[in-house]
Amino acid sequence: MAKGDIQNRDAFLDQIANQLGRERQRTPVQRPDWNHQVQWNVLQGKSQDELLDVLEEQCKSIHTSLVRTDASNLNEALLEVIKEYGGESVMTWYDPRFEEYALTEAFREWKGEGIHVDKWDAKNGEESIRLAEKADVGITFSDSTLAESGTVVLFNDKRKGRSVSLLPATYIAIVPKSTLVPRMSQATREIHKQVEKGEQIASCINFITGPSNSADIEMNLVVGVHGPIKACYVVVEDR
Amino acid sequence: MPMHIGEKDFQNRVDKGLDDGFMRGAVRSAQGRLQNNRAKAAEELGDWEEWRSLGKEIRNHTMENLDYYLEQLTDKIAELGGHVYFAKTADDANQYISDVIAKKDAKKIAKSKSMVTEEIALNDILEANGCDVVETDLGEYILQIDDHDPPSHIVAPALHKNKEQIRDVFKEKLGYTNTEKPEELTLFAREKLREEFLSADVGITGCNFAVAESGSFALVTNEGNARMVSTLPKTQITVMGMERIVPTWEELDVMVSLLTRAAVGQKLTSYVTALTGPRIEGEVDGPEEFHLVIVDNGRSKILGTEFQEALHCIRCAACINVCPVYRHVGGHAYGSIYPGPIGAVLTPLLGGYEDYKELPYASSLCGACTEVCPVKIPLHEYLIQHRQKIVEEEKKSDWGERLAMKGFGRMASSKTLFGIATKSAPFLVTPFVKDGIISKGPGPVKAWTDSRNFPAPAKERFRDWFKHREKGDSDHGKG
Repeated sequence: MAKGDIQNRDAFLDQIANQLGRERQRTPVQRPDWNHQVQWNVLQGKSQDELLDVLEEQCKSIHTSLVRTDASNLNEALLEVIKEYGGESVMTWYDPRFEEYALTEAFREWKGEGIHVDKWDAKNGEESIRLAEKADVGITFSDSTLAESGTVVLFNDKRKGRSVSLLPATYIAIVPKSTLVPRMSQATREIHKQVEKGEQIASCINFITGPSNSADIEMNLVVGVHGPIKACYVVVEDR
Repeated sequence: MPMHIGEKDFQNRVDKGLDDGFMRGAVRSAQGRLQNNRAKAAEELGDWEEWRSLGKEIRNHTMENLDYYLEQLTDKIAELGGHVYFAKTADDANQYISDVIAKKDAKKIAKSKSMVTEEIALNDILEANGCDVVETDLGEYILQIDDHDPPSHIVAPALHKNKEQIRDVFKEKLGYTNTEKPEELTLFAREKLREEFLSADVGITGCNFAVAESGSFALVTNEGNARMVSTLPKTQITVMGMERIVPTWEELDVMVSLLTRAAVGQKLTSYVTALTGPRIEGEVDGPEEFHLVIVDNGRSKILGTEFQEALHCIRCAACINVCPVYRHVGGHAYGSIYPGPIGAVLTPLLGGYEDYKELPYASSLCGACTEVCPVKIPLHEYLIQHRQKIVEEEKKSDWGERLAMKGFGRMASSKTLFGIATKSAPFLVTPFVKDGIISKGPGPVKAWTDSRNFPAPAKERFRDWFKHREKGDSDHGKG
């Protein structure tokens, strides 16, 4: 990608420095060690099982159902959720984890149940967005899962389209138990380390906490606004 | 003055608020819920005071090095192929955005909620240019449909409307036929807006926090509209106030954790969306072209002054949700898109005392705002400092007011004049007294009697009664 333009920067930043009563800051600023670092105390030292209990409890406050299963029953668990919510068309990421959990094969057999599965394919261009918009259910894996808030973190890329977790009315996240961390602090620290190493981070990182909602009308909570109306996390014991 | 809303006269705006029974009921109940949720979330998290101290520490450091972090941020964005425009004024920002849209020959613009675009009145300009601008936050959408009714709260912009009013607006403007149930109203808006998202040429978003180290920025929402706006249109323009930035992803965590709890009592909102540059080659969704517009519009003048911490604000509205004055007069009375205590502090700083000198007085100085602020801005102390400055300035200018104050001063400091004035009070107000009560008072008494009664002045002054009592005059003993 060609470099972008920057306009009016010097005058703008000079004015800031001037107001602060000093010259422009030309050498790298060292971020201080903050005196208060309370974020690391939250759910400190909890095991994966304990974090899963926290996640399950939190899901009750975010209108999200949670299903526990293991690798051999994952296919059945997913089918059950889809049947319960009602859906005939499914859109998934193009993600090697579907193959690892033997789901690619299983999806073909869903046809017999009257469920059609498409996967995100950047080669199809806009057609992938259209398919996601038409799908009843979107399924992705969680890349990192925050127990405290009940959040799945998604690193989107060309095989992991942003639309899959956004456009269908029902969203299902497959949560490998090993992705559980206490809270947002652990996930953002990982991203920070990636940046420090000079790696390119995902162009879009979603922190998703249940279905979309709004309280804009008389502060009454309505679940399901522009994004998914229903959300379910299927937590799977690691293989 | 783009930031300005409603009519010019402060007192008229306040009267209008006080007379609006429905609005006051809605605000009361909303404040109750929001206060409650915030307090619960803070308690559940634990160490809340420490969290606030951390928030303040981060904001302090960032403001002290703002030029550095903005340079780092924008270098990264340009590296990723995004374009950056630094806008000194609202006009500069609006001009740049208009140019981008004109170059794209774009007609339909989908916007997600952004206070800074309200501040610069971007919609007015784009509409004047012939664009179809669609606000997609449910609250903002309702206001837009209702002939651009201004927002009255920075998190819940349509707080002043009830569901029946919203139903009527939808019915009249969009042919809605269902009931006033929030679920039905919301579903209707979902369907209407879905078409808009899919057909928009340009998406415009605000920015909760930019992350300097990676050239990213985060949008904190519940409805999913900001995700739509940043996923579907080919061109995206993001507008940020220059102070909305953190050094690294680690500070993003802290600020978002404070924001969602202080604003609505959630551990996290449904969506925190962190975007870094335009889409990467090979990706299908997300914008091909990305522009970041960084707005000063009076902010830099606050740096280096005693009011610098006003720039620490993360727009959570916790101060608004506990303010007893806001509770009574509502958001529109402030005459600014930034209402409540933070509005009373920030609006005069951005817009000047000339137009907003009443706002620092729209406070009881109870300090509830300062107590809940997640980044510890000394809000009520700032209001006092504003008052001091306003008095100082008035010494230099407003001669009419000075004369009146001088008149009062002379009257009050002269024994004879004060005596005449207080003695004549019972006679002067006689026409307004009924059964010993004044319910429609004249002059300075009016503001009071508009909302409650005022006892008529006693026939005998306290001073006289006291004097006679000292003399043991029994007739005057029970005055």
